[in-house]
Amino acid sequence: MKKLLLSVLMLGLVAACSSTPKEQDGAAVEDRKPGESVERPAVKPAETKPLTDKPFAGGPLKDPNNILSKRSVYFDFNSNLVKDEFKPIVSAHARYLQQNSGATMRIEGNTDERGSREYNLALGQRRADAVRQMMQLLGARGGQIETVSFGEEKPRGTGNNEASWAENRRADIVYKGE
Amino acid sequence: MSIDRLRPVLWAVVLLVSLALPDAARGALTIEIVGSGATQLPIAVVSFRAEESLAQRISPVVAADLARSGLFRLIDAGGLNPVPHEPAQLNYEQWRTRGADAVVIGSVSRLPDGRYDVRFRLMDAVKQVQLAGYVYFARTDNLRLVAHKIADLIYEKLTGETGVFATRITYVVKRSSGFELQVADADGYNAQTVLASKEPIISPAWAPGGLRLAYVSFEQKKPIVYVQSLTTGKRQAVARHWGSNSAPAWSPDGKRLAVVLTKDGGSQIYLINAADGSGVKRLTYTSAIDTEPNFSPDGRHLLFTSDRSGGPQIYRMPVAGGRAERLTFEGTYNVTPRHSPDGKSFTFIKRSGTRFNVAVQDFATRQVQVLTDGDLDESPTFAPNGKLIVYATGVRGRGVLSAVSSDGRIKQRLTADAGDVREPAWGPLQK
Repeated sequence: MKKLLLSVLMLGLVAACSSTPKEQDGAAVEDRKPGESVERPAVKPAETKPLTDKPFAGGPLKDPNNILSKRSVYFDFNSNLVKDEFKPIVSAHARYLQQNSGATMRIEGNTDERGSREYNLALGQRRADAVRQMMQLLGARGGQIETVSFGEEKPRGTGNNEASWAENRRADIVYKGE
Repeated sequence: MSIDRLRPVLWAVVLLVSLALPDAARGALTIEIVGSGATQLPIAVVSFRAEESLAQRISPVVAADLARSGLFRLIDAGGLNPVPHEPAQLNYEQWRTRGADAVVIGSVSRLPDGRYDVRFRLMDAVKQVQLAGYVYFARTDNLRLVAHKIADLIYEKLTGETGVFATRITYVVKRSSGFELQVADADGYNAQTVLASKEPIISPAWAPGGLRLAYVSFEQKKPIVYVQSLTTGKRQAVARHWGSNSAPAWSPDGKRLAVVLTKDGGSQIYLINAADGSGVKRLTYTSAIDTEPNFSPDGRHLLFTSDRSGGPQIYRMPVAGGRAERLTFEGTYNVTPRHSPDGKSFTFIKRSGTRFNVAVQDFATRQVQVLTDGDLDESPTFAPNGKLIVYATGVRGRGVLSAVSSDGRIKQRLTADAGDVREPAWGPLQK
C-alpha cells in the first residue's frame, strides 16, 4: 500500500513537472519538489543500399588496345579546362555515344584534398561538366551523360604531395553497368 | 561568485589535462583541454550519497564536464568524514580553507519503479546560501545524461551562459573498412553508429529538434541527400536528382532544407521540403558555384559560398529571394559559413597562404578574428550556446576533432580510438 501510494505520488509529480527544469534560485530542494523525468531514446542505426547494376558485357570499351579503354581526364590546379592531350579520349567516347544511342555513362569529377569538402564537390562537378560539354559538342546527347562529383572523397592518390594531388584532379568516365 | 570573476583575463598558461575517467567505460572520443581561461572558478564536487552502487556514478561526470569547459578549477573533495550530502552537513569554513567558492552536493535513491531519484544542490561557500537545487528521475541508461544536465545547471548558474554538456555531436569516422556516421554525447562518450557505409558520408546536419540528421551519402555512386530519424533508424532520400545532390542545411522550423543540386547545370542552391524532398524551389541563378548554404537563426537569410567573383567568398541572401551581398573580402579563399546561435556573427574557414583556419566575422563591424593555427582546419560548427566552435583538423595525417572557445582562449582536442574523424556538427539544445 505504501509502495503504491508512493508510485501514485511520483506519477503525479512527473505529470506536474514541465519538461524544462524550473529555476529554484535560493530555494531548498524539498523532498517532494517537482523533478524532471530524464529520458532519451536510444539511437537506432540504418543500413545502406549499394547500387547494383547489371554486369557490363565488355566489347571495345574493355579492349586495352582501344582508346575507349582510357577513361581518365586530368586537370591542372584550380582548372576545369580539358587539355589538348586528353581531347582524343573525350572525342572517342563522344563518337561511341553517338554510334550507340542506347549507351549511357556517368562522368565522375574529382579534386585534391585541400579546402572545403562541399566546395571541392562543386569543383569536381565543374570538371565532369566540362568533359560532358565537350562530348555534347562532338555529337553525344545530353541524356546519355550524367555528371556527378566525388569531390575530395574518393582520392586515387592518398599522399599529401603534389603527385597525389595531380592524380586526384581528374574526371573518370564510367559506362552504365560497369 | 560573480560572473566577472569567471571571465578569463588573459591566456597565461597552457594546460594539458587528460580527463579520462577511471570509473567509467571509455568513450570513442577522449577529450584534452589545451589552454584555459586564466581565471577559473574554484568548485568542489562531493560524491553523491549512494552513488557508489550505481553502474554510472554522477559526481565524476559533473566534475569532468565543469573542468573540460576551462572555466572551473576542481577543488579536492575527498577525505571528509562524514561526507556531506545535505546543506546542514556542510562546514563552510572547511571549504573556504580548501579554496572552494562553490560546493556541489547530492544524493541518489532508487524509486519503486526501478528508476533513480537524483538530486543535487549547488551551494555558495562564501555567502553560505543555496544557488540551485533540482531533482531528476531516470533509468540507469540515462544517468550520464542526468549528470550532464546537473553540470548544465551549475554552469548556467555560475557563468550566466547556457550549458551544453547535455547536447550531442555527430561526426564521420573513416576506417579501413569504410565510413561510419556517429552520434556521441558532447563529452565524447556513448558514441553510437547511425549509419555505416563502404562509400563516403559527408555534411551531416542536425534537425532543430535533435532527433533527425540530414547527410550526404555516396553509397549509390553519386552524392544523394538523406534524412534519417535517430530513434527509428528510418531514412529517406530527399534529394536524388540527376547529377550531384549535397550540402543540406535545415531551416530553423525543421520543415525545409536548403540543398545544392546540379540538375539544371552547375552547383546551385535550392529549397526542398525536409519530409519528402518535394516542393523543389531554386534560390540562386548564377553560372558560378553556389554552395554550403546555412540558415540564419531567424530563418530569413542564407549564408553561402560562391565563386561568382572568381575565388570562393561568403555571401548572404534573403531566403525569400533577392540580391546576394558579399561579406568576405580578406584573402582569396573563404568558405563554409555557419551562423552563430545569436545570429550576430558567423564562423567560416579562411585560407592564409597554404593554411586553412577557423575564423569568426561579426556582421555589424565586419571584423574578422582567426581562432586556430592548424594546417588544414575545416567544417567549423558552433555549440548551441555560441561559446565553443568544434571543427575538424589534421594531426599527423589523421583527422581529429578540436574545439575552440569563440574568443580563441580555450582549446580542446577530441581524439578517437581509431580512424580518421571529420565532419563534426554540434547538435541543438534538447529537452
